[in-house]
Amino acid sequence: MAGVSPLEQPICGNCMHPLVQLLGVARSFGETIALHPTDLDFLPGLTTALIGPSGCGKSTLLRLIIRLVRPDAGKVIFDGLEVTEANAQAVRRRVGYVIQEGGLFPHLTARANVLLMARHLGQTTPEMEKRLEELCALSQFPRAALARFPAELSGGQRQRVSLMRALMLAPEVLLLDEPLGALDPLVRSALQRDLKEIFARLKQTAVLVTHDMGEAAYLAHDIVLMNDGRIVQRGSAAELRDHPANEFVSEFISAQRSAAF
Amino acid sequence: MKIGAVLGLAIFLLTRLAPAAEPIVVGSKKFTESYVLGEIAKTLLERAGFNVRERAGMGGTIILWQALRGGQIDLYPEYTGTIGEEILKTKERLSEEAMRDALAKLGVGMSADLGFNNTYALVMRRTEAARLGIETISDLRRHPDLKLGLTHEFLDRQDGWRPLATHYGLTMPNVSGIDHAIGYAALARGSIDIKDAYSTDAKIQENNLIVLRDGRHFFPEYKAVFLYRLKLDPRAIGALKSVGEIDEAKMIALNAAAERTKNYAYAASLFFHTAAPNESVPPRDLAPKLAGWIGRHLQLAGISLFFSILIGLPLGIAASRGGPLGHGILALVGMIQTIPSLALLALLVPVPFLGISATTAIVALFLYGLLPIVRNTATGLQDIPPALRDSATALGLEPGARLRKIYLPLASRTILAGIKTSAVINIGTATLAALIGAGGLGEPILSGLNLNDNATILEGAIPAALLALLVQGLFDLLDRFLIPRGLRLGS
Repeated sequence: MAGVSPLEQPICGNCMHPLVQLLGVARSFGETIALHPTDLDFLPGLTTALIGPSGCGKSTLLRLIIRLVRPDAGKVIFDGLEVTEANAQAVRRRVGYVIQEGGLFPHLTARANVLLMARHLGQTTPEMEKRLEELCALSQFPRAALARFPAELSGGQRQRVSLMRALMLAPEVLLLDEPLGALDPLVRSALQRDLKEIFARLKQTAVLVTHDMGEAAYLAHDIVLMNDGRIVQRGSAAELRDHPANEFVSEFISAQRSAAF
Repeated sequence: MKIGAVLGLAIFLLTRLAPAAEPIVVGSKKFTESYVLGEIAKTLLERAGFNVRERAGMGGTIILWQALRGGQIDLYPEYTGTIGEEILKTKERLSEEAMRDALAKLGVGMSADLGFNNTYALVMRRTEAARLGIETISDLRRHPDLKLGLTHEFLDRQDGWRPLATHYGLTMPNVSGIDHAIGYAALARGSIDIKDAYSTDAKIQENNLIVLRDGRHFFPEYKAVFLYRLKLDPRAIGALKSVGEIDEAKMIALNAAAERTKNYAYAASLFFHTAAPNESVPPRDLAPKLAGWIGRHLQLAGISLFFSILIGLPLGIAASRGGPLGHGILALVGMIQTIPSLALLALLVPVPFLGISATTAIVALFLYGLLPIVRNTATGLQDIPPALRDSATALGLEPGARLRKIYLPLASRTILAGIKTSAVINIGTATLAALIGAGGLGEPILSGLNLNDNATILEGAIPAALLALLVQGLFDLLDRFLIPRGLRLGS
């Protein structure tokens, strides 16, 4: 990748083999089945939304990708390689992860949070400063606020820092677990707009967990609707609306609409 | 580098604490007469050209005996009755010769008796005894309602309270344990009626007490002798033998002088100079003594705290992971904490390489310091929100880096609180180190207790309390540097 700006990573235009693949991946917690054996793939450059009611297994699925949760069965393939305990660390460094409320480390400033991994991996200061500059511009975060601690930032600012931290090492895949769930509506819609622009600018492969159909339709190319640990239907927002696979899909969509209007 | 330097320093301090091979070490028990006899032995040896170090006011008989056998001390004053009853534990009464033979088999020599018999006795207020018509121990049978305050050692001895009561057929329900010197004050105030005493105690005359006659010859003879290691330089043994005669009147006078001036060395010098009792008492220089006590106290508390942190942090990290190992660690350090500090010291004394030494005190303090550090480290780490753990893992940090860069800083406030608790407890508990002759601020507290002298007690108690406050303040200050600023913000 020498000489290529990380913001303009080439993505494989015509060889659309999936970047991440789940093959028969299943997971239970005690008696509760969180995810039945599931196959799913994520194509490069696209944003996929995992949506469904609470407890449907969407967060577990996301966490299985980077082995925050170990699968009971099946395998996760990342860029052609099976993710194992041994290579999980390396895979995680190629993936960005953003959670609700940011998950920022309260003892570190915004800057130190963003630079944590780059420093750990021994990047030089000029390298890191250049990247930080790019990320501030991209996520519209004021440079002056980089010296602040998470407790001194607003909710929206914290999510922007969290996004910058996730993007610092130019990850091949970005995972977002209800990233906007705790924000008030105005901040939320501003961030939705910015996220969409960022994903498009970076041609970012992204997986977004949300329970909001409007957000999924706005941000994702592809929507995966889940219920009770199973994938119920996959498709665009229009496909789900116009051709629901079953009663649950139409009910879920109409419930979301009535909630919105 | 830094850690290496600190470790090096700690080892250096520890080795300095180990008893040096050179000087002859004189021990003594925690009561006036023993201190004075120790000082007399010291003077005899110094006059013979020896370098002498004192381990004054060490706990009970067993501790001194162990120390003598273990070579941590070379000699100490003892009584023939105690040797028979408590050390050799013989059923029948031994002659001095038989005693000397039995001791020689254990590598211990016994001097000729020093000239006085300091036996156990029961004493009461003279006026009270006259009013009730009590003169002998047998007379007590008629007054079972009298209150007895007995020293803990006397309560448990083979020649102590229970056999005495059986021997005389006494049935006294009001028997409690009390410190020797405090018992005299209690007797004077009338909170107890009878206590055990040594027949040469200066307090007997001073407080107008009467010794109850032992008509049925229960108490064995307690002739004072020096016990010494047979390995001791023969010239030193010769010097001890030159002591000459100390009769009972003389010993009582020396004890009284010691209690009046609160200066054992001065009392011992009276024995050699036969100085007039009203001769000016050499001034006691408090400042250098205080500096010495505080220095040693900080050394004990500091070194033990250092090791508590060094061992406690990894144990706490292991315990935070739960499972059988984690629970085991917490249960174990919790159990150590429940052992009374005095018992822990006594348990450690027979351990090889420890014995009667500052190292033993440090080991005990180290063990006490573990629980707050281990528990707070474990709790601090367990309380980290799962979302932050996930974030650290998801970034791709290795487990070690997660701990170092994220988890430990996040738990720093709780961990430091544990270390602070440990430090403050250590400062307090270190006063007990004096019981095994390890010095520190417990020394004036113990000798003050022994002299029933509040001023001397306060010489140790006030600095110890101030030290604890100071340490607390220092740690509060340290919090500002060690707890990351982001954690000290409101949220």
